[in-house]
Amino acid sequence: MSASASELTVDSLRAILVEVAGQDESFDADTDIATMTFDELGYDSLALMELSATIEQRFGITIDEEELSSLSTPEALVLFVNGMLAEVS
Amino acid sequence: MTKRTVVTGLGVIAPNGLTTEDYWAATLEGRSGIREIEFGGTRYSARFGGRITDFDDTRHIPSRLLPQTDRMTRLALYAAESAFRDAELAPEAVEGYGSGVTLSNAAGGFALSHRELKKLWGEGPKSVSAYLSFAWFYACNSGQISIRHGLRGPSAALVAEQAGGLDAIGYSRRSVRRGTRTMLTGGVESALDPWGWISHISSGRVARPGTADRAYLPFGAEAGGYVPGEGGAVLVLEDRDEADARRAPRRYGEIAGYAATFDPAPGTGRPPGLRRAAENALADAGLTPGDIDVVFADGAGSPDLDRAEAEAISAVFGPRGVPVSVPKALVGRLYAGGAPLDVATALLAIRDDVIPPAPATVEPDPEYGIDLVVGAPRRVPVHRALVLARGRGGFNSAVVVTAA
Repeated sequence: MSASASELTVDSLRAILVEVAGQDESFDADTDIATMTFDELGYDSLALMELSATIEQRFGITIDEEELSSLSTPEALVLFVNGMLAEVS
Repeated sequence: MTKRTVVTGLGVIAPNGLTTEDYWAATLEGRSGIREIEFGGTRYSARFGGRITDFDDTRHIPSRLLPQTDRMTRLALYAAESAFRDAELAPEAVEGYGSGVTLSNAAGGFALSHRELKKLWGEGPKSVSAYLSFAWFYACNSGQISIRHGLRGPSAALVAEQAGGLDAIGYSRRSVRRGTRTMLTGGVESALDPWGWISHISSGRVARPGTADRAYLPFGAEAGGYVPGEGGAVLVLEDRDEADARRAPRRYGEIAGYAATFDPAPGTGRPPGLRRAAENALADAGLTPGDIDVVFADGAGSPDLDRAEAEAISAVFGPRGVPVSVPKALVGRLYAGGAPLDVATALLAIRDDVIPPAPATVEPDPEYGIDLVVGAPRRVPVHRALVLARGRGGFNSAVVVTAA
């Protein structure tokens, strides 16, 4: 897969979310989702598990489940993942 | 006084029709949904199935539900939505625990499980979707429908192979009698991916014929097994007084009787339980055999099982004593979806005073001594119908529906 991806962005996270968990009416392509909560975006804990498993695979990292549950917005998750990627490299 | 349970909405999804009325028109005209099943070049001993070809997942199912549902659940969600729309009932508006859902399921979500287990073997456990945890499960259809429509009352999943759909209807009638305002019931099935397919074949009773139109010939002189199919029906049940109070636009009929029996162990010499199920359902409805206008048969499509069913029908009704209908000859055996589809068909037969035919290719074996409706619809008054179903492993169930 894209092991070459060096950084997660809100846009690429949005694409992964829609791919692995679908999308309801809470947002569309024009919505700025960065600071909306995953709850507001219509995603439950299983959807977030799918999201984190996909990020783990694509970026070669491991996201702690408890950490994941404390990351309530796309922006927070992006910052956390990119922080891990910076540590790795 | 016992409450009366009426059917106020139907949601049909079948290989020969994606809506109730399309299915009904196809059934009366003898249009079949049995076709060759393709598996990317791999050859199997059985080649024909009742396949739904016009279901558009992205149009019929919300995006959020697509990654977490097997095909069987998508078809069930669609049928449930259709049934509520038909009943002109917004279940979310039913307060508290007043609405529930109990469906039957016999196979589970084969296609999604197959795909995810392949990932488990090929890529490792991290690649397996978290949704596999429930998407394969028998209770998944009831669960997803319960969540989507806010049905917080009695909810369950009943498993009894092809008989289970009637058990779900009987169970839901009991829920209504105990005070639940609205129940969604029936069953929808799909397991036509390669893994599901070999599971069907393992029954040893799947037909291995040359052409689609001669693959499934229930009660036919040349019957040689059945054809697995996908789809089914979902029914909205309501207490009659409650339906009257909200001025429900339709009352297809009443669930007047229900019974289930289990076959004795092989070798005991005791008779199979189908006759008893039929008699008990009639007694439960307070009716006698002479009151019944048509029997919708299980129609296994194997000579030994067809003979046993013909004997049970003749024992209850007398030789050629009642018209017998097997519209499933056009769609195959739908497992948990099959009998609810027959109940929906029986209610439409009551509505329109017509008994749907099996295709002429069935050519019934005269030795069975039953009055099978074949070739053309029979236009006669239909007020009360008996629906029979048998499930592999000894399950027998019967439901009586009457004009409301």
